[in-house]
Amino acid sequence: MQDFSYRKAQSIADAVDAMRGADDGAFLAGGQTLLPTMKQRLAAPSDVVDLSGIAELTGISVSGDTVTVGAMTPHAAVAASGAVRDAIPALCDLADGIGDPQVRNIGTIGGSIANNDPAADYPAACVALGATITTDRREITADEFFTGLFETALQDDEVIVSVSFPRPQAAAYMKFPNPASRYALVGVFVARTGGGVRVAVTGAGEDGVFRAGAMEAALTSAFSPDSISDGQVGEDGLMSDMHAGADYRAHLVAVMARRAVAAAG
Amino acid sequence: MPDGAQETGIGASVRRFEDQRLLTGNGTYVDDINRPGQTYAHILRSPHAHARIVSIDTSAALASPGVVAVFTGEDMQVGGLPCGWQIHSQDGSPMHEPPHPVLAQGKVRHVGDQVAVVIAESVHEARAGAELIGVDYDVLPAVMDLKAAAAGGTLLHEEIGTNVCYDWGLGDEAAVDAALAASAHVTEIDITNNRLIPNAIEPRAAIAEYNGSTREYTLYTTTQNPHVIRLLMGAFVLSLPEHKLRVIAPDVGGGFGSKIFLYAEETIITWASARIGRPIKWTAERSESFMTDAHGRDHVTHARLGLDADGRFTALKVETHANMGAYLSTFATSVPTYLYATLLAGVYTTPIIFANTRAVFTSTVVVDAYRGAGRPEATYLLERIVNKAARETGRDPVQLRRQNMIQPDAFPYATPVALTYDSGNYQATLDSAERLADVAGFAARKAASEAAGRKRGLGYSTYIEACGIAPSAVAGQLGARAGLFESAEVRVHPTGSVTVFTGTHSHGQGHETTFAQLVSDQLGIPIESVEISHGDTGNVQFGMGTYGSRSLAVGGEAIVRATNKVIEKARKIAAHILEASAEDIEFADGSFTVAGTDRSMAFGEVALAAYVPHNFPHDTLEPGLDESAFFDPANFTFPGGTHICEVEVDPETGVVEVKNFTAVDDVGRVINPMIVAGQVHGGVAQGIGQALLEGCVFDSEGQLLTGSYMDYTMPRADNLPSFTVATETTLCAHNTLGVKGVGEVGAIGSPPAVINAVVNALSDLGVTDVSMPATSQTVWRAIQDARA
Repeated sequence: MQDFSYRKAQSIADAVDAMRGADDGAFLAGGQTLLPTMKQRLAAPSDVVDLSGIAELTGISVSGDTVTVGAMTPHAAVAASGAVRDAIPALCDLADGIGDPQVRNIGTIGGSIANNDPAADYPAACVALGATITTDRREITADEFFTGLFETALQDDEVIVSVSFPRPQAAAYMKFPNPASRYALVGVFVARTGGGVRVAVTGAGEDGVFRAGAMEAALTSAFSPDSISDGQVGEDGLMSDMHAGADYRAHLVAVMARRAVAAAG
Repeated sequence: MPDGAQETGIGASVRRFEDQRLLTGNGTYVDDINRPGQTYAHILRSPHAHARIVSIDTSAALASPGVVAVFTGEDMQVGGLPCGWQIHSQDGSPMHEPPHPVLAQGKVRHVGDQVAVVIAESVHEARAGAELIGVDYDVLPAVMDLKAAAAGGTLLHEEIGTNVCYDWGLGDEAAVDAALAASAHVTEIDITNNRLIPNAIEPRAAIAEYNGSTREYTLYTTTQNPHVIRLLMGAFVLSLPEHKLRVIAPDVGGGFGSKIFLYAEETIITWASARIGRPIKWTAERSESFMTDAHGRDHVTHARLGLDADGRFTALKVETHANMGAYLSTFATSVPTYLYATLLAGVYTTPIIFANTRAVFTSTVVVDAYRGAGRPEATYLLERIVNKAARETGRDPVQLRRQNMIQPDAFPYATPVALTYDSGNYQATLDSAERLADVAGFAARKAASEAAGRKRGLGYSTYIEACGIAPSAVAGQLGARAGLFESAEVRVHPTGSVTVFTGTHSHGQGHETTFAQLVSDQLGIPIESVEISHGDTGNVQFGMGTYGSRSLAVGGEAIVRATNKVIEKARKIAAHILEASAEDIEFADGSFTVAGTDRSMAFGEVALAAYVPHNFPHDTLEPGLDESAFFDPANFTFPGGTHICEVEVDPETGVVEVKNFTAVDDVGRVINPMIVAGQVHGGVAQGIGQALLEGCVFDSEGQLLTGSYMDYTMPRADNLPSFTVATETTLCAHNTLGVKGVGEVGAIGSPPAVINAVVNALSDLGVTDVSMPATSQTVWRAIQDARA
């Protein structure tokens, strides 16, 4: 780890100020990716701005058909939330499957989606459920938020405040974990909403999370596992590595989608 | 025995004394130790798999804050790291032994090769300093493919003119070829034994300290054999006399073989500690462990097994390319030869066997012994080819095994590959395992899986291994440069408590408990009165260390013999005090009694008398009660057994789930059943890891792709079922305890059972072969290929 300045922000405004004053700052929102990469000297921010002291960024509320999760809410809190389970049980299940207990108790939803790791789980939930990301200065739809590998629509000094999920009619997330890292080798989130079926795939795409249009169309006309077939998500644009070639990933997308539809009921 | 007291004798599951310390964070590992004035070393490593070093500029590093010293290979002109086992090629020529430099001498030969050491006031400053060293490399092509490297092309060590270290043979090739040609059926197999990265929970670490006034070096290091490290480093590399080099291996967190070997880092800091006059600590980062711990396995083999018309094995021919890595590690050359080919008879009566091993240098870190070392490779080959032969000839694989097994009354049994098995009963372990695995109920379980869309399979492995390494006479004939005996000292204190010094080393095996059971049982004293001391050349007389499942069969037997000497000496003392002749003194239950009388002395009374002697006859009875013994076994020991694995495969995804795993092992007499079960559990977990999860992958340029837990899959609790383990005992014939060894059986026996189960599960889909590790992708592709 290289030397850096640490600042624990007291408010959102304080955090934004700190970041604006930094040469090459990084927000610390759990640190489950940032800290390991700093230890390995793969990342060397000049300033680390810790968001954990800002009370308004943490918490879960359910209002009508919307679940709102504060950006600094740890995964374990989402997994254990009865209110979330009543509204969107698939979101609890997803949160409960992230990393291990240590990660779930310190890693946060805001940290996860701001990092936009192509194998992270939350981006799939955000995109499939049509979430809205609220920042200190605007609202961004999930479809616009995730812009590429480790890339988002966020500006450098922009702080995520919360993520709002509309309640779907039915939803499920199926993850096929990488056997070593347990990140998603393929993760498929299927959500049946008033506006049709949305299917988001994580772990597989070269550009990160993506929507599976052909599957969405097939499921919108018939919400059944039988509507899913192997060709609906092709190999093009999928990652290929020692754990899974693009062909295997494409096949797993279909298998996980089928199982998600079956689980969503 | 008082209420609540536990049975502590031989055969009792005494809870491990060391666990209180280790499980509550009170162990003392090398990195827990800090010495006054300590500095920290960071090793600058090669980023290239093969390159010439044009120049090294250390000036900026030397000027970096906190940096105390920087050394390169130019500064450190010492001997190379030695190899302990000489192999001869079939043409009679000795193996090629190119230098294994401690710090690179003009060339680097694998990613992670040591180029320079930076010593600083802190780890952080050492690392920052290393980043300022400028190395100009002339990058050369990496030598990665085993067979291509053997054939020629780019040479890693130009001076030897080849990448082949040796081309070794065992057996009569022409006779085997003739027997195969005359066989009714010949089964051929091409098989890869996947390369593994050891992953002990404690990374390697060392602290070296030099006392300028006494000119003594002290090295704390994570080793399985401190005396061997002292001998190799002192005699072959740094020219330090042993009385001036003390090596201490305190608590060590797992080794699995990887901590047997003399490594560069501990050697570098020992040398440098005298140069800078301050202690130096080096602790591997986990990524360094992945990159630089000696790896295991890595064989590519073609084999042919002949069968006669009745299914009897007629001959076996095995041709193996074994990866040595870039240099020869301490025991590397023995692993794919004498620890491998000598086991190719397995539990079978195959009358004639030829094995050829070509050891090959590649641009990868060294490969050496890893839990099982050669024997897992032999077992995997045999147990896979036997199953394949059964399938090809329409026979039941279990019946084919039974038909070819050595019979229980055939011992001692001389194999065609240089070993003589002393005892065993393979049929008994097979019978017991089949019963415990409920093989009779398998068909019903398979049908239930089928109904749920899953494929269920059953796989067997009936294995043997040779351990208790090693009988010096045999080992010497086979090229070992040192005898592998073991020593013990039993020091009785004046009030009757005992400290036992053993040359073995415990890094998870529970010696502090098992050995205390032996001595307590033998002397008839409470187990709490026995302390086991190991791991310090300053305390322990000598030792060859712990590996090859040798600690009990060799080290334990040395303890028994030293304890017997104590009893004989104590008998003489008791005879003197009780005014009887020694022949009339009986020793039982901790008391010395004049036969036929009630005149008796407790062991503790005799001990006190030994240290406060009165009127001892000076010429025939010395004061004191402290005896030592060196034990050199007459033969290897031969544990064996049957492992049965039951798996369920999801044919849609290729995911394999181990549903049941049954291991019935014959490890000889069991001293502590709980520790034996624990050793089997750990070994089986590693074997399942090799079979399903673990595989070291380099890219074509020699970069390690599986360099962290993000990509290298260790077995975890949820990958494993609860194991069913049991023992069937035949006694070893050449140690008084009758023990054989248990440390490696799990890792040796299990991998082929797992793969045979996977192949069995998928057989009705047309799958006939699945390679290790059988990851979901590998299995899915096997299914696709079979369908195509």
